[in-house]
Amino acid sequence: MEYFLELFFSGLTRGSIYALIALGYTMVYGIIGLINFAHGEIYMIGAFTALICATVLTIWGLPPLAVLGLSAFAAIIWSAAYGLTVERIAYRPLRHAPRLSPLISAIGMSIFLQNYVLLAQTADFVSFPALIPDFAWLEPYRSIIGSSDLVILLTTAVVMLLLTILIKGTKIGRAMRATAQDREMALLLGIDVNLVISVTFVIGSALAAIGGVLIASHIGQINFAIGFLAGIKAFTAAVLGGIGSVPGAVLGSLLLGWTESFATGYISSDYEDVFAFALLVLILIFRPSGILGRHHNQKV
Amino acid sequence: MLKMRGVEVSYGKICALHGVDLEIRSGEIVTLIGANGAGKSTLLMAISGLARPIQGCIEFLGEEIQALPPNRIVERGISQVPEGRRIFPQLTVRENLELGAFCRHDPQGVRDDLAYVFSLFPILASRSQQLGGTLSGGEQQMLAISRALMARPSLLLLDEPSLGLAPIVIRQIFSIIQKINQEHKTTVFLVEQNANLALKVASRGYVLENGRVTMTDSADNLLRHEGVRQAYLGV
Repeated sequence: MEYFLELFFSGLTRGSIYALIALGYTMVYGIIGLINFAHGEIYMIGAFTALICATVLTIWGLPPLAVLGLSAFAAIIWSAAYGLTVERIAYRPLRHAPRLSPLISAIGMSIFLQNYVLLAQTADFVSFPALIPDFAWLEPYRSIIGSSDLVILLTTAVVMLLLTILIKGTKIGRAMRATAQDREMALLLGIDVNLVISVTFVIGSALAAIGGVLIASHIGQINFAIGFLAGIKAFTAAVLGGIGSVPGAVLGSLLLGWTESFATGYISSDYEDVFAFALLVLILIFRPSGILGRHHNQKV
Repeated sequence: MLKMRGVEVSYGKICALHGVDLEIRSGEIVTLIGANGAGKSTLLMAISGLARPIQGCIEFLGEEIQALPPNRIVERGISQVPEGRRIFPQLTVRENLELGAFCRHDPQGVRDDLAYVFSLFPILASRSQQLGGTLSGGEQQMLAISRALMARPSLLLLDEPSLGLAPIVIRQIFSIIQKINQEHKTTVFLVEQNANLALKVASRGYVLENGRVTMTDSADNLLRHEGVRQAYLGV
C-alpha cells in the first residue's frame, strides 16, 4: 500500500509538471490552431534563467525559499518575454499562410533556441541547487511524498486555480474563449485579437517557466535539451486530454504521469515511455479527439 | 453618416466589389438587396474592416475608416450582426452580451444597456445563464442583435437577419429593428434577400448586382419598380 501511495504521488508530481507545460500547448492550439513546437524550449529557458538567478542570489546569501521565489519570478518574466517574441517574429507574419508554414517555423524556432542555449551555456548537464528545503514535519511520510513533491503539487494547484479564475471570470479570459470559438466574430466585436494571442503566449510561457523551475529544483540538473522530451511528453498529454481543452490538458497530464509512474514502479523503468505512448495510441484509436476534446460538428 | 466611394474589394483574383458608391444618412434605415453572391456580405465586411478595399474610400462621420483595424471601427460606433448570427456557442448568453461591450469603459452605461436589451428581448433575460449554442435560431438572432447593441453603435449593420427563421419570429425581429431605429436614433443598414420585407421597413434601398450598385431609389419606388419586382420580389 505504501509503495502504491509513493507511486501515486510521484505520478501526481510528474503529471503536475506535464500539466504546467501542456496548458501552453493546448491554449495556443485552441486560439490559433498551431502546435507551438518551441514551447518545450521556453520551459528549458525558464529553468536556465532560474539557475543563473539562483546562483547569483545564493552568493548574495539569501535564504533558499526567497531564492526560489525570486528565481521563479525572474524565470516567468524572461520566459514570457521569449514566448511573446517567438510569436511576434515566427508566427504572426505567417498568420494567413497555409497551416504547414507556421508549423515549420515553430520547429525552426525550437532548433534555434536549443542551439542558442547550447552555445550560450554548455552542452553538459549543469547541477541545479536544491532550492526547496526539507520540511521536518514531513519526515514521517518521507517514504511516500518528499517536500519538493509537495511544493510542486501545491504550486500547481494554486496556479491552476488562478488560471481558471482568469479564463472564466475576467474580461480578457472571456475574450480568449471567444477568440478560440470564432476569431472573425471576435474581431467584429472589436476584440483586439492580436492582443489576445499575445496574452495567451505570455500565460503559456509563464506556466512553462514555473514548471521548469520546479522540475529543475526537484531533479537537480538541467541541460539545453531538457525541453525536447518534456515538450513531447506534455504535447502527448495535451493530445490525450483533447487538444484545445484546458481541463483536458490537466487530465491528460495526470493520466500520463500516473501511467509512467506505475509502469516504472510495477514493471520496469525501461518501459516508461512505451507505456506512455501506448496509452496515447489507445486513446486516439477509441477517441480520436482526445478524452475531453471538442467534437468538430460542422455547422449547418 | 457613412459614404462609400469607388470601393473595390477582391479575394485573390476574384473581384467581389467593383467600385461601389453608397451613402447612408444619419437616422435612416437603408437596405441593400441583391441575389446570392452579389457581394452584399463583402460590402459589410469592408465597412467593418475585415475585408480590405484595394481601392476607394469609406468615410464615417467625416473620417476615412477603410484602413483602420476592426476594433477601432467598433469604437467609432459601427457594429455588425453578421450572416448566420455567429453566437459563441460555448459561452453563456450573458457572456455573449458582455463581449458585445468589450470596447467600452463605462460600466454603468454597460449595465443600463444590458437592462435595455433584456427589455427588448425578455426571453434573453430568462436564458442568461444558458450556453449560446442551446438557443433556438430566433433566440440566437435576438442575442446577436442584442450583442451588437451592447457596443451602443450609432450605425448598426445587419446581414440577413431573417435567414432561416419562422415568419412570426421575423416579424418580431423587424419590429424591434424599427423600434431601435426610432427610440435610439440608431442608423440601420439592412442587407436582405427577403427584399419585400426589407423595403417595407427601409426608407431607401440599393440594389447590388455582381459587385456593382445598379439601382438606388426610395424604398416605395423600388417596391413598385418593374425590374426589381421581377428580380427580387418574385411577382
